[in-house]
Amino acid sequence: MFDALDQLFVSLKHWLVGQLPAALQPWASLVISAAAILGVFMTLFALTVLIERKGLGRIQNRYGPNRVGPWGLLQPMADFIKMLTKEDIVPSGADRVVHFVAPLVMVVPVLLAYAVIPVGRNMAAVDFNAGLLFFFAVGACIELAVFMAGWSSRNKYSLLGGMRAIAQMISYELPLILSTLPVVMLAGSMSLVDITDAQGGHYGGWLARWHVFTPWGLAGLLLFTVAATAESNRAPFDLPEGESEIIAGHLVEYSGFKYALFFIGEYLGMFAVSALGITLFLGGWRAPVLWLEWVPSYMWFFLKLGGFVALFIWLRGTLPRLRADHLMNLAWKFLLPLVLLNAMSAALWHYTAQWTFAGAGLARWLLCASLVGVPYVVLGRRLFAGQHIGPRTYRMAA
Amino acid sequence: MNLGSGILKGLVETARNFVGSYYDPARLVTIQYPDERLPLPEKARSFPMLVYDGEDPEKGLRCVACKICEKECPPQCIYIVLDRDEKGRPRRRPRIFDLDISVCMSCQICVEVCPFDSIKMNTEFELSTADRFGSLLLHKMDLAKPASYYLGLHPVEAGQVNARLAAGPGHAETKAKPGAAPAPAAGTTSGATPAGSDRT
Repeated sequence: MFDALDQLFVSLKHWLVGQLPAALQPWASLVISAAAILGVFMTLFALTVLIERKGLGRIQNRYGPNRVGPWGLLQPMADFIKMLTKEDIVPSGADRVVHFVAPLVMVVPVLLAYAVIPVGRNMAAVDFNAGLLFFFAVGACIELAVFMAGWSSRNKYSLLGGMRAIAQMISYELPLILSTLPVVMLAGSMSLVDITDAQGGHYGGWLARWHVFTPWGLAGLLLFTVAATAESNRAPFDLPEGESEIIAGHLVEYSGFKYALFFIGEYLGMFAVSALGITLFLGGWRAPVLWLEWVPSYMWFFLKLGGFVALFIWLRGTLPRLRADHLMNLAWKFLLPLVLLNAMSAALWHYTAQWTFAGAGLARWLLCASLVGVPYVVLGRRLFAGQHIGPRTYRMAA
Repeated sequence: MNLGSGILKGLVETARNFVGSYYDPARLVTIQYPDERLPLPEKARSFPMLVYDGEDPEKGLRCVACKICEKECPPQCIYIVLDRDEKGRPRRRPRIFDLDISVCMSCQICVEVCPFDSIKMNTEFELSTADRFGSLLLHKMDLAKPASYYLGLHPVEAGQVNARLAAGPGHAETKAKPGAAPAPAAGTTSGATPAGSDRT
């Protein structure tokens, strides 16, 4: 019974594909998967925009949108209609072709990235043996799209936004990819399905063997989250957009549906990178404890995705935007050493697995945790040393 | 060196706001304007209006078409034509009183110079319109408002005005400028007089 519910969508797809002639079946399978991904994540996008606006409102003691429909639930529809009916303006000096292609380059690769993510048991559109590599390769297109938009608009603010985006995203791609390195090392595979399978089983017969429950996994998840926030251009790393400094960066010259596509691409990118974080560290679609295994796998996945999205919204409502030099310092001086040490910690964790003396488990935990924890404290102190933190004092103005 | 504890502190603060805004109505200070409104303060003002006494705006209008406001108006948004009878004698009331609120800057100078307490500031502010010429040019009948309406808008100020008017014509002169004609004031400030006595 629970199995049938768990495999509901898989069997539905099999049944649908089975209705067609054999020659069409591989194609139909792909089309159905693509349609499902598009439908589910676009709905999630609409919901997230509403929840984000409501949530940010509540964080700032406001109501948030509550005019359209009951409790403002139809706000996404209103936004959609507004976006569709707006005039599409292309600046006279713009590079028209690049200006047109940039939003597409933003959205299409993000949608491709969903192909390799297992959203439930047997629910990955493609089980690709280099899935993680594919994910990052496609994800790198976003940088290209942002720079294309910034460059082709022929606007100084757009260009500044594009430059900032390139600098930020290339810098943070390094910690992002390196923070996933330990997972690949220990799973021995780049396939996201295999990585999820590597997190099967239970500690002590009840707690799932997710990577977060190891010291390197916990550190890896935190480092990954920071890098992922920066990579998806979300606050506090939204320098490329920076409304107060460069208006909206690469989005200045976009209106109407092209702007909407950038918006969609940004949110879909956030979901994709959250989904990757879930797959790598939080056991993908697996239940956290043994006695909750009966809940369908896709429910777990989307529950965790919702948690990630809520965290992103919460962070956006809390943290002020970083300064450009602080951004670079954080990536190169802080995150990069820590992710490298985290990889060493994971190796140590792997080679101490056969320790059998009394208290070996605790010793192993503390050893691996301190390999990342001590450098975190030392590096943090070193970087803050000599920096004045507190209210600014003005020398010239009395 | 706080090493990230500041971020946690901030997250706790925003979480407290988020949860608190559902339980503590005092946190939500938003007035949802078209549904809820704050009462306007006594001194609120938008554009001028013409106050009339009694029921009939045509007969009870305090304005005598002395044109002081028209002359004083800095952006010159007031246009007045004196009403005359068949023999060409002035009737001491405006035939036309137009006020272009697209030009008016709400400076209230017309109110201050009016010797008859006739022109006063309205507080109506929902004046948006699709027609920027016709609808923004207010005519005499658009501007005419009963004295009770004025009392409702500015109770303190209108109370003083009413007391001054009730005290009689002599007191009205104290507000009028030395140059302004006191004689017409005697005719109009006695609001309760029959309409016939308005005629010269």
